[in-house]
Amino acid sequence: MFSLGDIMAEAFGLILTWDRNLSEIVILSLRVTLSAVALACLIGLPLGAVVGAFRFPGRGVVTLLLNTLMGLPPVVVGLFVYLMLSNAGPLGILGLLYTPTAMIVAQTILVTPIVAALTKQVIEDLHGEYTEQFASFGLTARARVAALLWDARYSLLTVALAGFGRAVAEVGAVLIVGGNINHVTRVMTTTIALETSKGNLQLALALGVLLLGLALVVNAAVMALRASAVRAAYA
Amino acid sequence: MRDMVIESTQTCAMPILTATGLRFATGGQALLHGIDIEIARGRRTLIMGANGAGKSLLLRLLHGLLPPSSGEVIWQGAGRAQAMVFQRPVMLRRSALANLRFALKVQGLWGRAREARAREALDMAHLGDKAHQPARLLSGGEQQRLAVARALICEPELLFLDEPTSSLDPASTQMIEDLVNTAHKRGVTIVMVTHDIGQARRMGDEVIFLHAGRVAERGPLDQVLGSPRSEAGRAWVQGRLYTGPAI
Repeated sequence: MFSLGDIMAEAFGLILTWDRNLSEIVILSLRVTLSAVALACLIGLPLGAVVGAFRFPGRGVVTLLLNTLMGLPPVVVGLFVYLMLSNAGPLGILGLLYTPTAMIVAQTILVTPIVAALTKQVIEDLHGEYTEQFASFGLTARARVAALLWDARYSLLTVALAGFGRAVAEVGAVLIVGGNINHVTRVMTTTIALETSKGNLQLALALGVLLLGLALVVNAAVMALRASAVRAAYA
Repeated sequence: MRDMVIESTQTCAMPILTATGLRFATGGQALLHGIDIEIARGRRTLIMGANGAGKSLLLRLLHGLLPPSSGEVIWQGAGRAQAMVFQRPVMLRRSALANLRFALKVQGLWGRAREARAREALDMAHLGDKAHQPARLLSGGEQQRLAVARALICEPELLFLDEPTSSLDPASTQMIEDLVNTAHKRGVTIVMVTHDIGQARRMGDEVIFLHAGRVAERGPLDQVLGSPRSEAGRAWVQGRLYTGPAI
């Protein structure tokens, strides 16, 4: 039986030697997470901006819905995507189940409400400041949304970061729709869960350390960018 | 019933903007009561009155930022060639130059012509050396000059200004007044809200004097400020508190 010290030493050894198996898992995790965050931003940023900037019938319901969906249980999303993509489901013909694409779809569904709801708050505050000036310019709705998103870009980095945090740490949905297949759909979180259950704590710990390190680096980069933007009064 | 207004005889230029029966109410309280005014083309019209008289509200209704509860504003200029400068300048989170570029982009101007116009406007506002500074880090006076330049860069026929110098030092006030007067000499019609009688004498041709949401008096500047006919106008010029009716 290994001591905790031995396990940690082996885990760091795996990281330092950059084991091929490890790198494959890390790269797939990044690919899935970053793709999902990018897609969620593509949908969630304009959606949040429209809800934040304009008054329309049903706006309260949309806001309530977005806020509620922020807390979507990942396994429920996983199950929903599974049902859609399984052979019996309406999108089964696409053959996407147990592929990284299915994992991206599931994570996009999870992250989009977070991006949209937080964007709505950021844009609503900024729009309150700009409303009369924009009206004076005679801006169209589309131009308003574009200008608001551009001027809030540094604040929206934090929003994207929140989405990244949710996606990178997610296990349930990707496990259900990805199936945790070795060399195909195995990502950091699902591997940690699997290897821990098998008692292979070295690899699980190594991935845990990498996951933390990754989150730390991304957070530090965004914080630095935002701090410089605040200093320059662009945020 | 429309208000009785003490109206002086005046040379009546073609109106660029006409407001008839303009009324605005919110929360069950009427803040403006049946305003009938004409803004003469090419003139500098000042809207004056005590705090809460409805000056800024009237300006917003005239510019179309708020819909009136009743009545109408008829614009007789071309397109929507209006611009407004607010009491507190609203600077976009961009550089000074980018703020001007944005206003030109809204007008559909791109490329080198846009850049040249933006630079020219910055120089006109004596901000040429601040082109790449974040607009929100400029001083209050610089921000307001940038706001005036941004409004004028769109070549409006009519420029609304809501107490643009209320929080500025005399030097900054002078620069803003110079910018506005230069625009006026180029043919821009000016409608400005001000509390400052000294500024009114420097900047005004016509005065619309509001009291408690009603036009108490209107006419040429010298007449309205020199020998006001309404009690509200007399109290204002003498610096007395007056809480009675408009006439």
